[in-house]
Amino acid sequence: MSAAPSLAPQVRLRHDAARGQWVLLAPERVVVLDEVAHAILSRLDGRTTIDGIAAALAREYEAPPAEIAADVREALEDLHRKGLVRL
Amino acid sequence: MSAIPPPLGLLAELTHRCPLGCPYCSNPLALEKRGDELDTATWQRVMREAAALGVLQLHLSGGEPAARRDLEDILATAAEEGLYTNLITSGVLLDRARLNGLASAGLNHVQLSIQHAEAGAADRIAHFQGAHARKLALAEQVREAGLALTINAVLHRGNLDAVAAMIALAEQLGAGRLEIAHAQYHGWALRNRAALMPEPAQVEESRRIVAEARQRLEGRMVIDFVAPDYHASRPKACMGGWGQRFLNVSPGGAVLPCHAAETIPGMRFERVTERGLADIWYGSAAFSRFRGTGWMPEPCRSCERREIDWGGCRCQALALTGDAARTDPVCALSPDHGSVLDAIAERAGDAVAWRR
Ligand SMILES: C[S@@+](CC[C@H](N)C(=O)[O-])C[C@H]1O[C@@H](n2cnc3c(N)ncnc32)[C@H](O)[C@@H]1O
Ligand code: SF4
Ligand code: SF4
Repeated sequence: MSAAPSLAPQVRLRHDAARGQWVLLAPERVVVLDEVAHAILSRLDGRTTIDGIAAALAREYEAPPAEIAADVREALEDLHRKGLVRL
Repeated sequence: MSAIPPPLGLLAELTHRCPLGCPYCSNPLALEKRGDELDTATWQRVMREAAALGVLQLHLSGGEPAARRDLEDILATAAEEGLYTNLITSGVLLDRARLNGLASAGLNHVQLSIQHAEAGAADRIAHFQGAHARKLALAEQVREAGLALTINAVLHRGNLDAVAAMIALAEQLGAGRLEIAHAQYHGWALRNRAALMPEPAQVEESRRIVAEARQRLEGRMVIDFVAPDYHASRPKACMGGWGQRFLNVSPGGAVLPCHAAETIPGMRFERVTERGLADIWYGSAAFSRFRGTGWMPEPCRSCERREIDWGGCRCQALALTGDAARTDPVCALSPDHGSVLDAIAERAGDAVAWRR
């Protein structure tokens, strides 16, 4: 679980200008992302670990790192169960 | 009435040409000819207009989309525009080289249809020698190319006893997703309905097998099951509602709310060569005709499900009652529900008209 998360193969993150939102696209699926999910997913680069992502978000939102790390982990595990993220 | 949302998906039927002859094919009986197909540049413009309109998912289909030699060019434009691309194919016209070319043009997902789990039976249904073997090889190549793979199997009386075997085959081929769909009676399938109609016991058995497999394969292979329309008591929201989520462009450029809509008499569907896609989506008489709830007769008009199933399928209402503007007879509340029960009872022979 310490490895760097990434989007699953053939899952795409893009801005949906027509509806003013960010989405994940996968076979037969469009997943609308809220601001937090987008902030996490836009930092997945296959190199940064979950703790690294949480630290960056904690700085940006001036929030306690431990709390943020738990939220990030939970969001990514949920997307992992849906087959959208590799952990 | 609420504002009209932009469409999420585009089904581009690039051609009606196809080397197979599946008797369950939903394509229209009057297939469009090669000479009437849109050219490359027009399809590329359709891709740009679709992306600008808000389409996120593109399904390239047909007929057999790989029968178009410019498939790569059309696909590349779609991918540049940011569309998520799905190729719906029988597989028989694709080889490894062409598949790799499509992958580098930006293809994301291949939905490969199979007719049965055994080669002999599959080739008989497809009316094409060697089709099944070609599909098995292609599935492997799709995975090697790093693309997402869906296996699609259309169910009818002639292959329902092989549901479990088809699930096992999809698993063995490494599909991330299996779409297992009872045949919908449009086009050639409607013509061949009596030969395709399952036995009620087969329908029940298929539900049981799919439910069991879904549980067993959770987290490994997604199974999307399309239940049979006629064996239900409430209809599905056809296309998520007329003109709500999807649009379809026919080989000759007609813009349709669903692929079977052209069978509805008295309607005129504008072409991409006459008017922009956005104008047709938001402003054409055809898209307004059955959009929302204003067109509905009773019992839909006062029903609490009217914005859940949108009164069901217009083409099914037409096929069963002769009038596309009636409540879908699949609904047990419809005064025409008896026509569905009659059709279920009308199971006759194995003689089919091969799609050509
Ligand atoms: C008309 S086909 C065209 C693409 C390609 N020739 C193929 O068969 O895969 C599009 C998709 O619809 C499915 N299909 C065809 N006839 C159908 C029917 N009557 N009901 C439900 N699905 C159907 C096919 O299996 C395929 O996945
Ligand atoms: S369903 Fe069969 S006949 Fe129809 S287009 Fe696909 S492969 Fe061809
Ligand atoms: S009456 Fe109409 S809206 Fe109500 S469930 Fe039946 S088809 Fe749907």
